[in-house]
Parts: sequence; C-alpha cells; structure tokens
Amino acid sequence: MNAESERMPEPGDPPMIRRRWHVSLIWLVPAVAALIGMSMLARAWLSVGPEISVTFRTANGLQAGKTLVKFKEVTVGMVSEITLDEDGSHVVATISLDKKAENLTRADTRFWVVRPRIGTHGVSGVDTLLSGAYIGVDGGSSIVTSKRFTGLEAPPAVSGDTPGRSFVLHTDDLGSLDIGSPVYYRRVQVGRVTSSRLDEDGRRVRLQIFIDAPHDRFVTSNTRFWNASGVDVSLGADGFRLKTQSIATIVSGGIAFATPEHNPGDPISENARYVLASDQASAMAPPDGPAQYIRLCFEQPLQGLSIGAPVLFSGVNLGKVVSMTLDYDEVKRRFLTMVGIQIYPERLGRVLKKLQRPDADPQRQIAGFLSDMVAHGLRAQARSGNLLTGQLYVSIEYVPNAPKVAFDESARPLTLPTASGGLDHIQERIASIVGKIDRLPIEAIGKKLGRIVDKIDGLPFGSIGENLDTALKDMNGTLLVLDRALRQLDDQVLPETVKTLRDAQRTLDTADGMLAEDAPLRHDLTQTLREAQRAARSLRVLTDFLGRYPESLLRGRRDEHVDVPPSPAPDMPREPERN
Amino acid sequence: MNEIPRARQLRVVACHGCGLVCEDTLDESGNARCPRCGAALRRRRPDSVARAWALLIAALILYIPANALPVMYTRLFGRGGESTIMSGVIEFWRSGSYEIALVIFIASIAVPCAKFLTIGLLLTSARRRSVRAMRERARLYRLIELFGYWSMLDVAVVAIVSALVRFQALSDIEPRIGILFFGVVVILTMLSAMSFDPRLTWDGDDE
Repeated sequence: MNAESERMPEPGDPPMIRRRWHVSLIWLVPAVAALIGMSMLARAWLSVGPEISVTFRTANGLQAGKTLVKFKEVTVGMVSEITLDEDGSHVVATISLDKKAENLTRADTRFWVVRPRIGTHGVSGVDTLLSGAYIGVDGGSSIVTSKRFTGLEAPPAVSGDTPGRSFVLHTDDLGSLDIGSPVYYRRVQVGRVTSSRLDEDGRRVRLQIFIDAPHDRFVTSNTRFWNASGVDVSLGADGFRLKTQSIATIVSGGIAFATPEHNPGDPISENARYVLASDQASAMAPPDGPAQYIRLCFEQPLQGLSIGAPVLFSGVNLGKVVSMTLDYDEVKRRFLTMVGIQIYPERLGRVLKKLQRPDADPQRQIAGFLSDMVAHGLRAQARSGNLLTGQLYVSIEYVPNAPKVAFDESARPLTLPTASGGLDHIQERIASIVGKIDRLPIEAIGKKLGRIVDKIDGLPFGSIGENLDTALKDMNGTLLVLDRALRQLDDQVLPETVKTLRDAQRTLDTADGMLAEDAPLRHDLTQTLREAQRAARSLRVLTDFLGRYPESLLRGRRDEHVDVPPSPAPDMPREPERN
Repeated sequence: MNEIPRARQLRVVACHGCGLVCEDTLDESGNARCPRCGAALRRRRPDSVARAWALLIAALILYIPANALPVMYTRLFGRGGESTIMSGVIEFWRSGSYEIALVIFIASIAVPCAKFLTIGLLLTSARRRSVRAMRERARLYRLIELFGYWSMLDVAVVAIVSALVRFQALSDIEPRIGILFFGVVVILTMLSAMSFDPRLTWDGDDE
C-alpha cells in the first residue's frame, strides 16, 4: 500500500534512499541474531576437546552423560558413552574432554575411578558417596599423545607433578608392604610406595618408592633402606624394648631409611637401586661384601644344626650354614655330614686387611689365608649354642694340639678341616669331673669313719640301760603319787572352793544392795550428814554471835542485839527452803 | 465483503495511537498528525511486513542456540548436570511425569514453533494479497497475540526455581545461557507479531 501511494507522485531518488536505509536498519536485528548464533556455534565447535577412550575393569559408578572427569578437582570432561570392549572383559568409557584439557591426552596420563575407599592408609573419596563416582586424571609428561588409555583400578599413590624423586628397592618378599605404604626418615613420613611387582625372573620383588622433595636429597649413594613393618621387640640388658615407626606401620607396613652418620655418601640420581633390608640392624650393618663358600666335613651326626645357623669366628658372626648333605666314606665305612657354609670375609674388618695378602682372585686369596691358619690349628667345630633346644652352631677356632691335616689350597670349594668339637667338649668335661671325683681321699674318709664307729662301739651300753630302767621305774611311782594327790584335790577341795565362791557372791550382792541408789542405808546416811551440816551452821552462828557480843555469855542475850547482826538474820528464814 | 467500504474510499484514516478516525490528508501533505493525541497518522504501519520478517528471522536464528544450549543447571547432592529444553522434556517423560513434560513441550516448543509458522503464514499471505480464509487468518493473529507471552513460562520457571532452590551443598539450580536466548526468541516473536499490521490481511480485497 505504502509503496503504491509513493509510486503515484514523481518517483524521486531521495525517498528511495531513505527507504532503503530504513529497511536495512530493521534487518540489523536478524543480522545480529545470526552473528550471535554463529559465534555460539563457533565457540561450541572450538571448545570441543579431544575424545578419548579409557578401559576399566568395571563400570561400577560410571554413568554416560553424568560422570565427570576431574583433574585436580576441576571438571575437564565428561563420560559420553560406556560400552563393552570386543571380548567383553573390560568396559570402555568414551570421554569427551574439554578443549583446555588437551594436554591430558599424553600417553602416560593416568585415569582411575574415584570411589569411596577405606583402607589402612585412611579413608578417601567420601564426597563421592553422595555425588557419585567420578574419573580422576593425573597428567603425564610424555610427548606422545594417545587416544586409548587403560584405567587404573586404584588411585595412584603419587600424582605426576608432585616434586620429588622415585627410587627402586629390591627385596626378597613384599611382606605387608603395599602401594601407598609410607616411607619414613627419622620417623617423619617423607614418601610412599608407588608400585610393586616381581622381577622378570621372579626371584625378587621390585618396589618403586617416591620420596617427596625436599626430603629426597637425604637419599644418597650410601643410604640404607629397611622394612619398618610391624613391631620389633627386644629384651636386653637395659630392659624390655619395643620399637616401631608408627602405629600405622604395625598394621600396614612401611619402609624406613637412614644414612650412616660417618659416611653420608654422594647425591644420587633418580631411580637408583637399593636393597631393602629386613630390619634396621641388618640395614645399618657394614656391607658384607662377596660371600665365600666353604665346605666342612663332619664325621659325627649333627642333629640340631640347621640351615641358617651362624658361623662364628672368635665370637664374630662370619656367616651362616647354607647346606647340609649326607656323604659316605667308603674307606672308613662311615656316614659323613657335609656342611656348606657361606662366610663374609669383609665382616672381619681390619683384621682382614692386616692378614690378607693381596691377590686378584678372591678364592685363591682366601685359600692362602686359610692354609696358614689351618697349619696353626684352625678347625671348624659344631658346638652347642643352646643347651635347652640342642641347637648347634659352627665355630671356627684354633684347636690346641690339633692333629695336623693337609689343606688343599687348589680345591674348589675349599674344605676346612673339622674337629669333633662340640661333643668331645662335653666328654672332656665329664672326664674332668670324673677325675676330680677320683682324686677325692675316699680311703682316709673311710678310716676316720671306722674309728668313729669303733668308739661308739666301746661305750657301756648295758649299765646305761639298767640305770635307765630303774630311773624310769622310780619316775613311774612318783607319777602315781601325784595322780592320787590330784584326785584328792579334785574330790574335796574343789566343792569347798565352789561353795566359798558362792558365799562370796552372795555377800557381794548384799553389799551391792546396800550401796544402791535407793538403799535405806544410804538414805539414812544422807539424812544424818545433813543434820550434821545444820548443826555445824548453828555452831558457826553461835560463835559469830559470841565473837561480836562476848558479854552475852555473862549477861545473857539482849533483845536489841537481835537485829544488829545483818548477815545471819536473812539466812535464817532461808534455811528451811533449801532443805 | 465488498459491501464494507474501505477507509481509503471514504478518505479517512484511523489514528494508531487513540483510534480516532480523521480525514485522510496523507496524499496531500505526506505526513499528518492526529488532532487528538498527536501521533503520526498512517494508513498502514510503515514497513510492517519487512519488520515482522526481520524479527521473525532473528527469532528463528536465536531459537537454535536456545534449544541447543543448556537452559538450566541442576545439582542434587553434588551430582549435577545441565539440561536443555528438549532433554528436560525427555527426562520428565521418561520419569513418568507426562503432564509436566507435556506442559513444557507445549510452552517451550509447540507454541514458539506454531508462532513462527503462523506469523510466516500471515506474512506470506499478506504479501501475496491472498483472499483465502481471511477471517481465519485474522483469528489466528488474535490467537498468537493472546498466547504469545505464555511462552515466557519457561523463562519464568527457570527464574523462580533458580531463586528458590539455593541449598548450597544439597542442591542448587542455576540458569544457563540457553534460557536467555529463549527469552529473546519469545520477545522477538512478540515484537514480530506486534509489527505485523493485521489490516494487511484484508488488503487482498482491495483490488
């Protein structure tokens, strides 16, 4: 309509321009809307991060479109899909990560499901009780990125960006250690076990531990690690001692390390290897060095000697028994016990340095060393270490007057001659005891005893007996007389006594009655006493009166005197009231 | 219909502001003002169709992010999620609350879509000066004017709920950007309907 009306006059340029301008203004609205829409679209498209898939053993707690992926508690993505993998053994969670979380696709990024966990190391993930499980991420450092990851079943003990270093420990068995077990340095927790697995050959367990910075610098080339699990109870001269790192280690195990004070060692690089000792004492002991295998051949049976029994030299523990086998000597027709021992010459310390002749081959070196000593009477003996249990140990000692034996320096393994020590030892002792008994002057003792007996024999036993007999007879008569006297006493004197006592009782009762509170005698006595009191008072009045008026004795009492004494006058009427 | 005389035939024009019928002097002076209220007198709203189209297209464009982007963030016991309009409808339907799902669906999806279609239909038919079903079209226009602002139901629900549900750790509801787009869409469609001059419907009769 509008257009029509404007067409009717002369169609001029200015209104056309004005109209076009006018139209374009309102079309700005959809243009702006389109712009906004496009920008939103672009933003959405740009913010779409990479999509990765993580395999888990179970999808417990995971929910497609709900479960979040969190890195340091910041949401970085969401599980978009959960499917089973081809063979159905695992679940594959497809995660759409945010754009900003692109660096979480590094190949060594770790994923795990955060669920409530209760363990010996504490409680974690309690917040997920209400909010549901989420997937935790720990960023990696690898340059290679990946789209497929394998989720961990347990949260990693150490997150990737924690400052510190990890080290490798080797141990014979894992004990109660576990991932997350604490590592202590001077009883301060400075790290934890991050992984444990068997060596390829299955002979040892390889533990990876992580020491937090700055404590990782305490680990040096000379550091010793030991298993601090459980309780170490010892009973020594200073009393009962109980050692443990912390209550937690009793339950869950732990590792402790220390560096010998006198030899701090050098700084060491990451992933250095150490041996985990079973306890502090063995960890801190000086290193044993290479072991030497030596064979001993005993002719006597060795019940009580067990594998692991110590080998002592001058009281120093040099090694242990590692094998025991039976052998047969065809010439002597005897069974022999072959005992293999392992000795650590390093344990001799400075003695070794003094005695040793330098040689490249340690076996030959020790052979030469031993051959000297064997020539001087060094022998191995099986000795009884504990009389109660009968445990034996091997003692290497100089035996005096030992028969000379040939020592083969070239034999491998070396065979150290033995002396049938332990049992002979006991025999010797018994022999010496028997000898002592032998030396006792038994004959002289016998003679003296004989003389004493003779003297006793010489005594006049017959006359003594007769005398004794008469004395006893007399005594019997005396006793009879005494008996009679006592009976008389019983018959006559006692009834009399009873009677007398009864009379006395009666007399006493009477006396008691007389003296009683309401007895007439007592009443009379009181009366009499009162009378006497009154008489005494009258007498006093009389004397007072006479003292004042002596003339009245002569002249008699005058009436005007009567009211003169003031004191007795008021007393008089009071007298009867008092009584 | 031809019996009813047209305003132009009678050389009168109605004021948009107060409805006063004045003498049509627009042909002579170009712009005239209502003697009663002073509003500019026009036979039809200027650029009515173009404006309505522009606003409608803008609304259509913004309707896409309004549906694609989340409108609400719900967190219950720490477990939260964002929901778009359609996902909300589906969730309610799945959980068995068919009535609520239906209400949301009608208010947020059916009504706006119907509005787009209706305004589009009115605009095209007005441009083509169609003479078909004029009365029905006029009724349609009244209908969209009446129901138009009920589409704001969604916006109102989100606003009220996010203001009420603030229990920190227990549960929280927050509005998301989508609801803003949705509100703009509703406003734009209302503006579009307003800028459409219903008298254009009858102009097809003019010839």
